[in-house]
Amino acid sequence: MSTSVPIALDERFRAAAAAEGLLDVAYDVVDSPLGPLFVAATERGLCRISFDPEPDRLEELLARAFGRRVLRAPRAVDDVRRELDDYFEGRRQDFDLRVDLTAVGGFHRDVLTELARVPYGRTTTYGELAARSGRPRAARAVGTAMNRNPIPIVLPCHRVVGASGKLVGYGGGLPRKEALLRLEGATLPS
Amino acid sequence: MTIPPFERFYEEHRGIVFAVLARRLGRPAAEDAFQETFLRALRAYPRLEHGDHLRAWVLTIAGRVAIDALRRKEVPLARDEGRTDERPVYAQLEHLADGLPPTERAAVVLRYGYDLEYADIADALGSTPDAARQAASSGVRRLRRKETQ
Repeated sequence: MSTSVPIALDERFRAAAAAEGLLDVAYDVVDSPLGPLFVAATERGLCRISFDPEPDRLEELLARAFGRRVLRAPRAVDDVRRELDDYFEGRRQDFDLRVDLTAVGGFHRDVLTELARVPYGRTTTYGELAARSGRPRAARAVGTAMNRNPIPIVLPCHRVVGASGKLVGYGGGLPRKEALLRLEGATLPS
Repeated sequence: MTIPPFERFYEEHRGIVFAVLARRLGRPAAEDAFQETFLRALRAYPRLEHGDHLRAWVLTIAGRVAIDALRRKEVPLARDEGRTDERPVYAQLEHLADGLPPTERAAVVLRYGYDLEYADIADALGSTPDAARQAASSGVRRLRRKETQ
C-alpha cells in the first residue's frame, strides 16, 4: 500500500512545520547561474550554502551541528533565494541576511566575520585578512577557514586571492570563483 | 539504530501514513490528519532516544490523530459500540501489549487496535504479510499466556 502524498499537502506540511518554528534547520536546493545551490537556515539565520547539493550528506552534517529536525522547507528560505537571485542578476551588492555561525569555532569565526566586510567587487589577500583578524602570520589558517566557509557567496571568500593576485583556490572550484569576481566587475589577474 | 534527520524519516513514512489515514478518515479529513501527525512527530522528535521502530511509532501517532478526528466529527467508532469501557480499543491494546517484543507489539496494535490489513502492517514493519500475520498471532498467544498466569 503506497498511496503517494498529494504535492499540495506535502508542501503545506513543510510550510506549517517552518511556520510553527518546529525546525532546527530548513533547507532547499535553489537554481543559480553557477548550478544548483543547497541553502539552509536555522531560526538564527543562514547557516549553509553548498555548491554540492547532496541533501543526504548535508542533512546528516546539519543534524549533527544544529539538531535532527532538518527538513526541506522552501518557503523558509525564500528570503535567501530572493537575495541570491538579486545578486546574480546584478541588482544587489550587499546581503541583508542574518547568518548563523554558531557551528563555527574560534579563529575561523573571527576570520569569517572579518571576511563579511570585504566589499563587493574588491579583493583582499589571505595575509591581509589574517592581519585584520588579529593574527598577521596566520595566512595559512585563513586559507583553511576560507576552504571551510559554510556560507560561500554571502560570506565572500571568492574575494580572497593570493599575494600575487592569483585566484589560488576555491571550495566550489576556480571557475566559480572567477565567475563571481567577473559578475562583481573585480579586476582579475591577466 | 541512530535517529535520521527528520527529512529522511518523513520521506520514508509519509506514504504509508497518508494511506492509513485516507483509509480510516476518507481523503479530505486525511489531509488535515496527515499534517497533524507529522507536526506531532516533529514536536516529539528531539525526545526520541533511538531510531528503532520509527514506522510503528509514527503510525501510532497517526492512529491517535485519527481517533481525535473521528471524535470531533462525533462519528462513533464501530468497534466501541456497546462497550462500557470508555477507552478506545487501540488505547487498551497498547497498554496490554506493552510487555510484548517490539515487532509483535506493533503487529498486535496495528491489527487489532487500528484494524489494518496484514499487507499494510507488513509495509509498516518492513516485512511480508505472512510475517506480519505470524507476529500478530504469536503476540496474541503470548498475551493469552500472560492472562492465564
